[in-house]
Amino acid sequence: MPFTSAISDEQVETLISDVLEQYGYDFTGYSRASLKRRLLRLYSLDKHVSFAEFRYKVSNDAIYFKRFVEQITVNVTEMFRDPSFYRALRYKVLPNLGTYPFIRIWLAGCSTGEEAYSMAIVLKELNLLHKTLIYATDINPTVLEKAAQGMFPLSQMKQYSENYIAAGGIKDFSSYYSANYSLAKFDNELKTKMIFSTHNLVSDHSFNEFQLILCRNVLIYFDRDLQFKVLQLFDNSLENLGYLALGTKETTDFSPISKRYKRLETEKIWRKVSE
Amino acid sequence: MKNCEALIIGGSAGSLDVLLKVLPAIDTLINFTIIIVVHRKQGMDSLLCDLLSSKTTIKVKEVEEKEKILPRTIYIAPSDYHLLLEKDLTFSLDYSEKVNYSRPSIDVTFQSAAEVYTNKLVCLLLSGSNADGVNGLITVSSYEGETAAQDPTTAQVDYMPAQAILRANIDHVLTIDEMAAYINALN
Repeated sequence: MPFTSAISDEQVETLISDVLEQYGYDFTGYSRASLKRRLLRLYSLDKHVSFAEFRYKVSNDAIYFKRFVEQITVNVTEMFRDPSFYRALRYKVLPNLGTYPFIRIWLAGCSTGEEAYSMAIVLKELNLLHKTLIYATDINPTVLEKAAQGMFPLSQMKQYSENYIAAGGIKDFSSYYSANYSLAKFDNELKTKMIFSTHNLVSDHSFNEFQLILCRNVLIYFDRDLQFKVLQLFDNSLENLGYLALGTKETTDFSPISKRYKRLETEKIWRKVSE
Repeated sequence: MKNCEALIIGGSAGSLDVLLKVLPAIDTLINFTIIIVVHRKQGMDSLLCDLLSSKTTIKVKEVEEKEKILPRTIYIAPSDYHLLLEKDLTFSLDYSEKVNYSRPSIDVTFQSAAEVYTNKLVCLLLSGSNADGVNGLITVSSYEGETAAQDPTTAQVDYMPAQAILRANIDHVLTIDEMAAYINALN
């Protein structure tokens, strides 16, 4: 008899429909391979004894469901990830936006906030932070609480500092934080221009018009249909001549919005060129 | 194996030399998919793709997410993402936690492919200095797929294939010289 895993494909579908019915969270457009891997990981991490017990817990325990969302979605991120991307922001995108009286940026799927603080640092060095608002949103309220604290593991700072320098950083990276036991606490000034809010890309609508939208390594977890839907949401939320930035393996190609977007050379940044 | 649908080759330190030796001898008329997952530094993707392309006339390309998986094609897992396979025979990428200090993790791709191809899958683990891939091979076996490992005495770094032989049920232990013939016979 061939092996079967602790959760079958049918049971994955059962959980997806339970969660949609009970809590209104819609995972139907998520890539199944990745979602199933996360479910199996949580199942074994929390030592569930049977699928029935796991299902019961998810459906009937709202506190456990919070953990479920936290663990099912991927929250891995880092500061100045892909330094060449941040170089393009620093030298091409943000100077352009600097000519506006006021800059609105949406970080969609901001997770624990590392990108928001990276962005704030670049804006500050370009002397643009005072006239910018960064809307940082995520499906998951727990990561937003962490993001609002602005504290990241001190052990990561060597890597982040290297990224920062490779991204064109001009200062001593350690001048932006103070060490607090095992954590690096980032300057409060950086977060004065951040607004944290839950937003579900699957079910929530556009809530403002932006000049720059960043959504990096979120679309990879969605199937093509949901990717197109979310790209449409971004299109509806982006001013003309605004910029859309995706992860290194993501693209607007093949999507209905692609004809309105012109890519900036080598980075995964597109400019909206017409209505 | 009869009717192999996919061969996945995993490797780490010392595996590139093996690939460069074996690829030129692989029959260009193979009717299955080859997927290569190797640990490497970030940002060397196009280099690796070009290097491997220069050794074979089979199409070599880096995986793009949601791309349809085709036979007679060699796919390279991009650096810094896990590579997963969907039941509808497309690829997914995943930026979740490293597994065995690795992203891409060979375990993740082997395990994901085992669910998709079950007994039509062959996985080969090459030279390397950690045990990433070994748990994946165990899963592949449990789905009745076929497992192979590089003969550790021919490996630049023998730990990875040696662990595979020790812990997983390995169907074939192959020297570098035996690999191409083994792969061509999967047709």
